[in-house]
This record gives sequence, structure tokens and C-alpha cells, in this order.
Amino acid sequence: MYEHDVIVVGAGGAGLRAAVAAHEAGADTALVSKLHPVRSHTGAAEGGINAALQEGDDWELHAYDTMKGSDYLADAPAVETLARDAPDDTITLEHWGMPFSREEDGRVSQRPFGGLSYPRTTYAGAETGHHLLHTMYEQVVKRGIQVYDEWYVMNLVTDDAPDPNDRECHGVVAYDVQSGKVEGFRANRGVILATGGPGQAFDHTTNAVSCTGDGHAMAYRAGAPLEDMEFIQFHPTSLPSTGVLISEGVRGEGGILYNNEGERFMFEYGYANNSGELASRDVVARAELTEVGEGRGVEDEYVHLDMRHLGEDRILDRLENILHLAEDFEGVDGLVEPMPVKPGQHYAMGGIDVDENGQTCIDGLYAAGECACVSVHGGNRLGGNALPELIVFGKRAGRHAAGEDLGEAEIETGYGDDVEDETDTELPVAPGEAGLDTSGGVAADGGVAAEAEGLLERAVERERARVDRLMDKDDGIQHAQIRSKLQNAMTDYVNVFRTEEGIKKALKIIRECREEYQNVYVDDPSRTFNTDLQMTYETRNLIDVAETIALGALVRNEFRGAHWRQENQERDDENWLKHTLISWDDGEPTIFYRPVILEGEEKTYEPKERSY
Amino acid sequence: MSTQQQEPEPQEPESQEAPEDPEMRGAESPQDRRLKEKEQGLAQEETVDESDLEGETVHIKVFRYDPEIEGKQEPRFDDFYVPFEKGMTVLDAVMYARDEFDSSLTFRHSCRQAVCGSDAFFVNGRQRLGCKTQIADLEQPVRVEPLPHQEVVKDLVVDMDHFYDQMHAVEPYFQQADLPEGDLEEQRQSRENREKVKMSTRCIWCAACMSSCNIAAGDNEYLGPAAINKAYRFAMDEREDEEIKEHRLRIVEQEHGVWRCQTQFSCTEVCPKDIPLTEHIQELKREAVKKNLKFW
Repeated sequence: MYEHDVIVVGAGGAGLRAAVAAHEAGADTALVSKLHPVRSHTGAAEGGINAALQEGDDWELHAYDTMKGSDYLADAPAVETLARDAPDDTITLEHWGMPFSREEDGRVSQRPFGGLSYPRTTYAGAETGHHLLHTMYEQVVKRGIQVYDEWYVMNLVTDDAPDPNDRECHGVVAYDVQSGKVEGFRANRGVILATGGPGQAFDHTTNAVSCTGDGHAMAYRAGAPLEDMEFIQFHPTSLPSTGVLISEGVRGEGGILYNNEGERFMFEYGYANNSGELASRDVVARAELTEVGEGRGVEDEYVHLDMRHLGEDRILDRLENILHLAEDFEGVDGLVEPMPVKPGQHYAMGGIDVDENGQTCIDGLYAAGECACVSVHGGNRLGGNALPELIVFGKRAGRHAAGEDLGEAEIETGYGDDVEDETDTELPVAPGEAGLDTSGGVAADGGVAAEAEGLLERAVERERARVDRLMDKDDGIQHAQIRSKLQNAMTDYVNVFRTEEGIKKALKIIRECREEYQNVYVDDPSRTFNTDLQMTYETRNLIDVAETIALGALVRNEFRGAHWRQENQERDDENWLKHTLISWDDGEPTIFYRPVILEGEEKTYEPKERSY
Repeated sequence: MSTQQQEPEPQEPESQEAPEDPEMRGAESPQDRRLKEKEQGLAQEETVDESDLEGETVHIKVFRYDPEIEGKQEPRFDDFYVPFEKGMTVLDAVMYARDEFDSSLTFRHSCRQAVCGSDAFFVNGRQRLGCKTQIADLEQPVRVEPLPHQEVVKDLVVDMDHFYDQMHAVEPYFQQADLPEGDLEEQRQSRENREKVKMSTRCIWCAACMSSCNIAAGDNEYLGPAAINKAYRFAMDEREDEEIKEHRLRIVEQEHGVWRCQTQFSCTEVCPKDIPLTEHIQELKREAVKKNLKFW
């Protein structure tokens, strides 16, 4: 049994920032990660950090752009917090030595990004995430914060109070990947989930293999609702063969998209007459697939992104990393030929339902970064807004968990007074409830301290028994088969263009995966570095997360942000200015809604037609 | 780490085997040479025309070892035949082998785009990142082994603790006593200075360099190329002041620091991020000498 005040699960951008903040606030803090921190997926972020730093720009403009970009599905208090805190938190990174790109006068450079009314994306070449990740890990080393690297967190430890709002999180159960040892981690003040995105629910994704939605699934099963899961961002420029990301920075610097006839289609076919390639990501992704669908794609699959005209000097200065990626993964020299690109799953706007202090409805359980939904991105995240989210909300979650008073949150979480009841959409299959042993809570007894101890012990026993069961079983189905079936279903049917029929097909396949998972087994008999076991756990998480994505997509019968529906190609503000929440109650998902908060501190963001 | 506390024992640079100044070695660095080779299609290994491999299977021989499992305690190679697909990398091939043939095949990997640094393997006798090595560029059978000179945990997974310890030994974090007044005031850094440290900041901690270094293999306390490069990254950053720079130089010029480097360039040769590691080590030697001259 290990014990700390604050336990941060996941050591990417949000987790490291949360840990530093909690430590600075005086809490004994530990990071638990299934990877070593420098392996985290934040390192793959390329674009930059939006922050209103320059004269002529201000945080209110940043907030406005973000609300508009979200297609009015973001909560204004969260967006304003993001825009207001980002400059300070970005400069903190500079003070920690982050190697930002520089202007002639030695100040940090900023560049234009899609959907921004001002060039406010602070960057470090085309490898901003790598530098951010390493800079923050350096701060963790400097402070001597305890890191449990290559420990896979299997479950949260909460009690089983009937109402999730009354539940409390006391820690986690994790296993040491190297030795296979299963142990309890007690958190005296709080657990912060910072486990990143669930991109592996899809076949074609820019996300790392480690992005399996572990935090999403664990919080969901413990009773914290997932919010707006249907909003999945498809990045317009991923490499066709691998899904490797080509930064929006390429278009920010002036890169041009062409179809197979050499037409600059963003303008030629009127997809975005003002912003062209720099329209927001959902608009560009749909435009590309429309071109391919109408026979103007290259090899019927992708379009071309051309940066040759920018000149070698500018490319080498600002986009060098892109040259390497195109060369290594597609065999294309970006200096002499255009790069092939197509949309790929990139980011989950939705996630664990939290307020602006990172709190879920379960006491002592927090979430930050991509696994959380505050919500600042609503229906569509602007490029350059993910990294400030990590540092702003990672820091807030860390401070709050450590016990600092950040004031009352304006955003509600969980099933409260302001929710609207469940959907009457007909589901093709009963979701969930396939007897998958996924319960989160453990029966409580005894006094508070003894209770936490007892809960942890029982949770550890349960996970040990689960591992034994998986490893003792001699045959059945392996996780890899289930995983690839799930990933293909999501990419085939819950992609950029969605139909009711397709989503229902996906739900049926997800249900099949759930049933097949009953028979899953781990073939590798070794306790040493058993990735087979780890991936079997991850696959279970992917099933839960994929189901919430598909359910959300099915019930939201409107077109908003990244969520396009063939049957309903209009935004429906009358019925849908609300968040979709899905909670795991009594062994199956329940859907309910909460209104979007459009009132900011001083102004209300009136929904307008979104044109670029 | 004990190396940090040891008394520095500066040695005459002359006592080393010709610590070459890259500028004196003619204009061509190993990197330039490698890039040129690549351009001319003269990379060390035969490059197969991808179309020749369409519809074929690729033969990979993968190192296997598990201390816990009887049949695997004696290290061996397993053969896998993987269907070739255009653009297939070494990582793709071992993932296929694991998912389709043997789920106990174990290796680290995550981003598959050469930034997480977790899938450095010894492929056909050379340290490479699995994810950025095209199968079509390699001679078959493709031998995939764990990084040499590191303890094997299981199959292709090596113990990274020693590598991390060496990285931590150089105080790998920015240190600046005085920050500019005002929360939003950044420290100024010239473009030239950023350019100077740029390559050094690209390190992804994959440990390929450490594994390729003969000196590190023979001297467990040698800081090694990655850690010294990390020290360079900060020592050369003009935002840190002179005092801390001196402190950093003292760390790297200790007995098991920069003077151990015999400029064999193997680290530079294998670095997947093209960091001129040997040059950085040489430059720190020169800096250390300059500082020492001041003391004498």
C-alpha cells in the first residue's frame, strides 16, 4: 500500500502540471503513469499554445473565438477561465526554460491558427508539445515529485453510495508493469485523472497506442458522467498510411490544400470563402472528404497539402519537423512535392464531466486535460487550444485537490437540479448490461479512516482476483481481435460523416465486442512486463468509451461543430443548446442533458451562424 | 547518483585520443555525410524496391527472453513471417507478429511517430527507432533485438533505470536566479541562441546513443551522450547565468563526464533525431578547458 495526499494518474501535460501545482500548494504528491512521463502523448502535439500575449490582442477576443469555434456548445465560465489564465501560464513555461520560437527582439513568437481572429498561437518550431512535455517533466524532477512510472492504474477506489454525488474517491489500484505486482494507492486529498484521449477507439487516428481512454472508463464506471462524447475532432491533415499528424501550423504558415485537379478547393467550391485553409478543423475535414467523395481526391483517398511555396528557409525554421514526418512515414519530400493528407481522429472534445476546478461529482475525484470536459471546446476545438487547456486546468485541478481555495465553481457537475431527463431515442441494442464485471464502488463499512483502508484492501483483492481469472483461463478470445473489430466499426460508422443507420450498426458491433469480451483471456503466462494483460484491460476501457461516443452521436440529431448528421444537416439551437451526459447507472448507461452556459462574467455569447 | 559528488579530475584534453574539433575535421560532419548518403540513395543497406515486396511476407527474427517462463529463460530468436504492406515499419511488423501470432511478444511503443522514444531496438545490428525504420530499407531476415549494453527485462524491453539516472544526474532542469519583473514579462532569448540549443532540445530519451557508445558500455558511471547533451542544452542557453553555467560545467567535467568521450561518433551516427551529440560533447570539453584556464 502506498499513500500520498494527491495522486495524479497520467503524466502527460495535464498530469505533470497538476502535480507541480499540487506540490507547490504543499501536498505530498505522486504521479502514477503506465508510461515513463517523457513518453506521454503530449509530446506529439505540434501546433502551439493559444494565449493573448501581444498588444492588440486580449483574452476576451480569445474567449470569443473559442465560443464561436465551439459552435456555442462550450460553457462560458470555463472558456473565460482558459483565456484569462493562458497568458500567465504560458509565460510560466517560458520562465521554466521552454525553448519557444523567438522574434528578432527575443520575445516569444506567435503565429496564426485556424479560427483565430489574431495570431496568438505561441509555438516552439513544429514540436511544441515535445518541448512542453519535457519542460514540465524537468520541473517535476527539480521538485523531487515521486513518479511511479510504468504502473498501470486498473481501477479507482470509491465507496458504493447509491447516489454518485455522495460517493468519495479514496485512491486507485495499480499494477507495476515490470513485476506484475498489484497494489493500492491511497490518496488522502484527491485523485486527479489526466489520462489523455481515447483515440484508440478508432482505427485511423493521430493518437498514440497508449491513448485508450482509461481515465474516461474508470471515472464512468465509478459513477462520474461523461459529457459530449459524440464530439470527436477529425484533424484535416493526417498522413493517410499511418495517421501521423501534420500540424495545422503548415496551413497557419500559408500551406495550401489542392484536390486532384490542382484546384484550391477551399475557395473554389466555396467551403470557406474568407478563411480558406484556415477555417476551423471540422469545416476543412468535411471539405476534404467531400472532394474525395465527388471524385476529386487523389487515389480516391486523400488530398494534397502543399508548402513548397513557403520556401526552404521558412519551412526549416518553423516546420522542420513536418519535413521529417512526411519523409519518414510517407516517403515524400515536402520541399519538392505536396504531402498527401486526409482527416484522422485527433481529439475528443468531450470527456469526464468536471467543473472549472477540475472536480467531478465524486468527492476527491478530479480530471484534467483531454480526458476531462470542462467544457472549453464544445462542438469543435480550435487548434492551439489543447495545450493551454492542459496547463490552465491541470494547474487548477492540482491546486484544488491540494486544498487551495479557488472559490465556488460556476459549472455544475453530475446529476443535479438543472438536468433534463433522459432521451427517448430508440436504441438498436440494449447498451451495456452484458454482465461485464465493471462495477466501480466497493461496499463501505466502519469509520472514515478505517473505511478508506478497508475499501482499498477490498479493491486490491478484487483486481488481483480479476488478473488471476484472466491469466488462468486457457482459451477464448484475445483482446487484439476485439480491439480491431471495435476500431474498424468506429472508423466505418462514427466518422466525420454520420448516419443514423451507420451509428446503429456501430452500436450493434460494440455490443458484440462487449459480449465477446466475456470470453477474453490473457495468453502470456508471465507476470513480467505483461503487455498482453495491460492491453486486455485497455480494451475493456475502449469498449465503454466507444459506446458512449456512439450513443451520444445517435441521440444528438442535429449538426453542430464536428458532429455532422446526414438526416439533420442544420444546427438546432432551439433543442440542442445542451450537453449530452451519459452515466453508468445500475450496470448500464443512462443519458441526460444539461443546458450550455452562454453567460460569461460580463457578456453573453449569442449563438451566431458560424462562417469562415 | 554517486558520480555527481566525485571530485572533478580534469584531464588534459591532449591526453585523449585526438579530441577532434569538427571544424578542423573538414566541413563534413557525420550527419552531413549521412544526409548526403541518403540523398544519393547510398544508405548502408540495400534498399529494396517496395513494389518487389508487394504480396510478399517479410521474415523477421525477434529476440525472445523471459526470466520467469521456463521455455524462454534461455534467450533465443523466434521467426515470424509478416505480410508486407507498403510503408510498413519494423514496429508495424512486430506489432503484427504480436497481435496475430504470439500475444506474449513484448516491446515498448506508443506514439509511432518518433517522438515518444520508447521503441528503440537493435535492428540488423544498429540502434534504430522501430517506428521510423522502413522494412523495405532492410536486408532480410530482419533481426530485431533489444538495445545492447542494457539489461533485458523481457523480449525487446530493456531496463531504462540506469539511463534515467544518468539523465537526472546532470540536473536536467532550467535554473535561473532572477526572473524578469512582472508576471507576463518573458526572458529574452536571441534567435541565434535558440538556434544554438535547438538540436540539443530534440532529445527524446530513446537511449539509442547510450547503447551505441563503447565507453558507456565499459564504464557504467560515464554520464553518456544523452545526459551530456542535456547538460549542453542548459549550459548553452543564454537565459541561465554564468554562475550556473560554471556549476553545470563542473558536473560534466568530472571523472566520468565529458573527458571519457573518445569521439567515436557512434552516438551521432545512431541518433534518430539527428542531434550532433559528439560535437556537443566536444564543445563542452572546450568550455570546460576555458573555465579551468581561468581558475589556474
